[in-house]
Amino acid sequence: MSSELESLYQEIILEHSRYPRNYGRLPQPTHHAEGYNPLCGDQVHLTLQVDGEAIRDIRFEGQSCAICKASASVMTSLVKGLPLSEVEQLYEAFHALLTAEEPPTFSHIAPKYQDYLLAFGAVRNYPMRVKCATLPWHTLHAALHESHHEPVSTENL
Amino acid sequence: MNPTPLLEKARQLRADFPILSQAHPSGRPLIYFDNAATAQKPRVVIERLSAFLATQNANIHRGVHWLSQEATHLYEKARETVQHFLGAASPEEIIFVRGATEGINLIAQGLRRAYFQPGDEIILSTLEHHANIVPWQLVAEELPLRLKPLPLTSAGAVDVSALPDFLSPRTRLIAITHTSNGLGTRTPIEEIVAFAKAHDIPVLLDACQSIVHEAIDVQKLPVDFLVFSGHKLYGPTGVGVVYMRHPWGRKLPPYQGGGDMIVRVTWEKTRYAPPPAKFEAGTPAIAEAIVLATAIHYITDTVGYDFIQAYEAYLTDLAEALLRDVPGLTLYGTARPRGPIWSFNIEGIHPHDLGTFLDSWGIAVRVGHHCNQPLMDALGVPATARLSLAFYNLPEELQTLQEALLAAVEFFHKPLPSLRHE
Repeated sequence: MSSELESLYQEIILEHSRYPRNYGRLPQPTHHAEGYNPLCGDQVHLTLQVDGEAIRDIRFEGQSCAICKASASVMTSLVKGLPLSEVEQLYEAFHALLTAEEPPTFSHIAPKYQDYLLAFGAVRNYPMRVKCATLPWHTLHAALHESHHEPVSTENL
Repeated sequence: MNPTPLLEKARQLRADFPILSQAHPSGRPLIYFDNAATAQKPRVVIERLSAFLATQNANIHRGVHWLSQEATHLYEKARETVQHFLGAASPEEIIFVRGATEGINLIAQGLRRAYFQPGDEIILSTLEHHANIVPWQLVAEELPLRLKPLPLTSAGAVDVSALPDFLSPRTRLIAITHTSNGLGTRTPIEEIVAFAKAHDIPVLLDACQSIVHEAIDVQKLPVDFLVFSGHKLYGPTGVGVVYMRHPWGRKLPPYQGGGDMIVRVTWEKTRYAPPPAKFEAGTPAIAEAIVLATAIHYITDTVGYDFIQAYEAYLTDLAEALLRDVPGLTLYGTARPRGPIWSFNIEGIHPHDLGTFLDSWGIAVRVGHHCNQPLMDALGVPATARLSLAFYNLPEELQTLQEALLAAVEFFHKPLPSLRHE
């Protein structure tokens, strides 16, 4: 087995894709959004319960590859209960981890979250798979910041 | 069947393709199983392109100088090569386009302006590539038209028995694929053409995936329109062919306006050139069309369709047997006759993860919806992995694929130690 593949599919990723957390739909969400990657057909549907300035509850469902599903599972686990300002910070950090020219330092991210985010670090070496990992986060961003609910497509981000 | 003589020839021909002797970044040999997306290029094609650009390049049809006359001659010779390749009655019936997609758009827009009436119907099939769906939807929205996709048999071939039910007095065209890019199943096109002729309905054949595996003669298979792309036929990208049976080329209006497609331009009235020039506005893909002719000669003279048919049938059977041995693997669309394409999924592994895994073994397959979303909907899956073979693939490459698939099953289903979280 190639070590590159082992670092792409770390155990956290395999485990979350096989046993996704927060899978399903909230019955009465305050926010929701649909994410779609037309290149591969990955699909993520998010429902959120936002209470004042924090995410009280969040669920995801959809059909997607292991990286996308694990990303959604990890993301929902991390942001549940978080103030929106911290959610924004994680979103920025995750995006930078996968797409910035220089991978960012995570000094401003609480250590308890770092391992989960860094597990996706190797995805940046697979350009065709970056969108698999970022789709749930873009969908979350859209759910929180966009009033209209057009599906988020990875092709017009 | 004794495959030994076939195998010997395949190994010889493989040496014509320099890209195949490259190592993959993983250090493993490159195994190219994405031939339905695009085929690799033999040395004669690569060298012909280089030689044309180095010694013969000029614009065509409007120069009196030596190079232009030479390039014009080669371009029109290439048209004749395609004419004879397809058995077309005259070079007038052969139009060079950028690819099959542009070809279908050209035909669809021409028919919209000169042929279809609101309320007309087109019969297609569930197998169609988006390139044989969306151009018709564009026209259908404007007029409107009704698009009626034929269903599939349980084995993934076009269900021809549904044709009489799909026929109506408003049926004005059958536009259908010859071999499915997504499944590999071959459409019983002879029956469909006979049915269409009996009801005086023109037929457009998408031959992209069939012409790379079987010879097509438009006299024996009298379709009205046929399209294919050069790059899938071992030629360059950027060139494709529309075959337009006479007198359709006289009836349909131009697709684009510009240079080279006119007889006389004035501010009051422009007269168009006769076909094929009428449909080739602007400077075409001159070098690519000329090199496509080289690719066609290579396929018909050096490789030969008899060899392609026999050897690819052997590979197709071998691939099926090897794939069926992988636990949890589902094959989609197993009908015969077929091209050397297999679409499959493995239980519990998303095709995208499988594609990345196989790439780490140096194996190139296509994963996704293959521009076949309505077909994926009909199959009830978001995506598949697709193996598509060419005459330069070897049985040992299929063995390696099977080994890699077994390793993928092990990797993605491996027991996980309990993790720290939750």
